[in-house]
Amino acid sequence: MNMSMTQEIIIAGFGGQGVLSMGQIIAYAAMEGKKEVSWMPSYGPEMRGGTANCTVIVSDSRISSPIITKFDTAIVLNQPSIEKFENAVKPGGILIYEKSTILRPPSRKDIEVLAIPGLEEAQKLKSKQVANMILLGAFLEMRPIVKLEHVISALHSVLPPHRQHLIPLNEQALARGKELAIQVATEMVVR
Amino acid sequence: MASGNGKSNTRLMKGNEALAEAALRAGMQAYFGYPITPQTEVMEYLSIQAPNYPGVVILQAESEIAAINMVHGASGVGARVMISSSSPGISLMQECLSYMASAQLPAVIVNVQRGGPGLGTIQPSQADYFQAVKGGGHGDYHLIVLAPSSVQEMVDFIFDAFRLTEKYRNPAMILADGALGQMMEKVTLPVAGSLPKTNAPWATIGKPNSRERNIITSLFIQPERMEKLNLVLQEKYNQLQKEVRWEEYQTEDAEIVLVAFGLTSRICDKTMNLAREKGLKVGLLRPITLYPFPTNALAKLAKHAKVFLTVEMNAGQMVEDVRLAINGKCPVHFYGRMGGMIPSPEEVLIKVESIAKEFQTAHA
Repeated sequence: MNMSMTQEIIIAGFGGQGVLSMGQIIAYAAMEGKKEVSWMPSYGPEMRGGTANCTVIVSDSRISSPIITKFDTAIVLNQPSIEKFENAVKPGGILIYEKSTILRPPSRKDIEVLAIPGLEEAQKLKSKQVANMILLGAFLEMRPIVKLEHVISALHSVLPPHRQHLIPLNEQALARGKELAIQVATEMVVR
Repeated sequence: MASGNGKSNTRLMKGNEALAEAALRAGMQAYFGYPITPQTEVMEYLSIQAPNYPGVVILQAESEIAAINMVHGASGVGARVMISSSSPGISLMQECLSYMASAQLPAVIVNVQRGGPGLGTIQPSQADYFQAVKGGGHGDYHLIVLAPSSVQEMVDFIFDAFRLTEKYRNPAMILADGALGQMMEKVTLPVAGSLPKTNAPWATIGKPNSRERNIITSLFIQPERMEKLNLVLQEKYNQLQKEVRWEEYQTEDAEIVLVAFGLTSRICDKTMNLAREKGLKVGLLRPITLYPFPTNALAKLAKHAKVFLTVEMNAGQMVEDVRLAINGKCPVHFYGRMGGMIPSPEEVLIKVESIAKEFQTAHA
């Protein structure tokens, strides 16, 4: 790492899509990598049947405000969150979204936008629960702020004992996400 | 939900869970509570850990009022005891907190504040400042009040609060908020057993021949005796002033000094850095203890600063303490959000810029 790095991330979607745990996995992996980290969930009325989100800050230096309104990266899994967070991405930032659930794709030209078919690819892996890990893989390909080995050890910590056998599947999903990001990003350049 | 190797002392934890783990490591012997968002994870975590701590009482009472009276009882027999709740629940406890201050009983009370008044919201707030620092219940008393601003301080201040409450035999409050309770950060946990146990000379656990019997009461019918107790309490609050704690950031050359506690102090830390990037000389004073309040530190800054800006998640409750400290030497402005809304660093910056413009025009 050459200079001081800070990455401010929002992850948003419906409750049950694994939004909060994605954030926790990044946070835990960052901690394994000896970085400063903060994970702030939405826990308000919007969680009751509506959207859930969390902000994650990963930094080489002390984190001041855990409350942020502009993000380097947005990972978005549902339509309402596109509307809420598209304009909150800093210019030059990145917006990764789940292709199958977004009807009106983002339109900004000053950020990188990646449509990742996480759900479709997860179904090919016979587990739609890992769609979030495919998106996470795509993010880590674009912004390798944490090491993959730390993400794997994060899974060991975050998953309850009766889910530990799913770690290899999650690893596959992460790898698939990385491939998709390269593919989608290349297509963007060609187009 | 706490992540990390169970044996490791550095973990990624939620504020509520970290606080609960810290209480166990601080040798807490009894906890009483009643669920309320956003702090229910405290009791949840303690209940899960309870089997690993035989002899430690973890009890969900039938109400907050029952719970705080159980705290009174446990403290009366010399137990190291804690209770946690959120704003409406803390309101219910005020009568007993006054009794405990009068009976000079130690206990740690954790308020993970939410928006009010009334049942309000479940979102973060700092609107219980008055209640926490001015007394809350009836009579001339104070709580010792510590305001954490990170998950690490949710841990550290548990140890500080137990130490202070036992040293001064006065209830101590940790005044947190819903965001600090719900967020996860990296924490380093202190070693269990590092806080020495008090011998609780006040405890009513049987009278040995060597001393007079201990009586725990807050009823002193004769006014002469009641006034005498009040004088003892006032002398205690005098002594407490030496426990005052605060932090200053970039105040040396600051023209505008932000004053903020808890979560808001971290928001202001970012505002300060954004303002400095724009060439504005902005500093930050963060009270760590809200009672005792860092009056002298503020008075000292008022000698060279031009203006103060208090930032809170309430309608400006700390402003009067800041104004008393500044004593008319500089203007004291206020910016805040209420009802569970959190100010962003950028919106505080807008306020800072408008103040800067004002005094630049005034001095032009």
